[in-house]
Amino acid sequence: SKISVVHCFYFRGGAELLFDGVKKHQVTLPCQPEPWDIRNLLKWIKQNLLKERPELFLQGESVRPGILVLINEADWELMGELDYKLQDQDNVLFISTLHGG
Amino acid sequence: PGDAVAVAASGGKDSTVLAHVLARLGRRLGLRLALLAVDEGIAGYRDAALRVLRAAGAALPLPLAVVSHRELFGWAVDQLGPALGRRSRCTVCGVFRRHALERAAREMGADWIATGHNADDVAETVLMNFLRGDVARLRRAANEAWGATNEATPSAAAPWPTVPRLKPLRHASQKEIVLYAHFLGLPYASAECRHAPLAFRGHPRALLKELEAARPAAVAALAHSGRRLALGAAPGAGAAPGACGRCGAVASGELCMACVLLAALDRGRPKLALGKRGL
Repeated sequence: SKISVVHCFYFRGGAELLFDGVKKHQVTLPCQPEPWDIRNLLKWIKQNLLKERPELFLQGESVRPGILVLINEADWELMGELDYKLQDQDNVLFISTLHGG
Repeated sequence: PGDAVAVAASGGKDSTVLAHVLARLGRRLGLRLALLAVDEGIAGYRDAALRVLRAAGAALPLPLAVVSHRELFGWAVDQLGPALGRRSRCTVCGVFRRHALERAAREMGADWIATGHNADDVAETVLMNFLRGDVARLRRAANEAWGATNEATPSAAAPWPTVPRLKPLRHASQKEIVLYAHFLGLPYASAECRHAPLAFRGHPRALLKELEAARPAAVAALAHSGRRLALGAAPGAGAAPGACGRCGAVASGELCMACVLLAALDRGRPKLALGKRGL
């Protein structure tokens, strides 16, 4: 049986500009044999959510340096970064720090 | 305690966090705080940020004063374009903004100007100064760290001593600042100035981000190196700064940099001014 997996992805700090200005995205990821780790999630985001200039959000298989990633409000560095496997209802927040303050 | 601090605020992440932190600590330390913002005249960017800033100021609450380039110099940054080379606009913006901050802080009677520079900014600046061969700035920054405060004191020669600067967030990483703002729900303006892509700082900034990914300690290490630099004496350096002949601000020549630029802008030949003294 298929379990639908729902997530909220947030883009802030200027990152939202790459996503048509939309800060909150409620998403049901399609079932697939490969695990939904952050690595695969980023590929999915690039193909399905990102509207422009992917080089400002992604670098290689990860996010561009300067973009913070919080998984359920915790630093992704504590959760395994790209290897973290998404659980149902997980929220992921991407905050860009790449601007003056 | 008892000192008056002008908090340089832009509505951006660093100064928003700075204002919040100082507002909390200020009560305990008995500081008299006021927010000071400079409107450089950049449409769509600064005006949006100032809206956020006004709301933040009201929420803290802290009084807010805004000074504008257009009022002070007669030139909004957006107007500068045709007269200067594209890269120089940011340089002029910076000179004018610092001059405006200085002047306004002094008129407010502030004992200190606090700015929101974070550890990443400090590291970028060290890198930038090396890349531009700006030894004077490197020396000044290192001297400040060694404890040499501003030598300029009020006198007939220099009625405008520079208001000493504070960078309370200089050891905080940019990441910490963004997370502080996030977890405390502090709104800030995050749009980028549309002239920013032309500013040289973009290069050391990008380089620093790459370095940080490979070696996170590099950011703090750069700032540390910058503070510990001991530079050889430059020939001709060491002359005490005097007062600008036109506005009285501290100047290393006859006129301060802002007045030199203004004179050249008004004459319609600003590139002349930018050729002087390694700008």
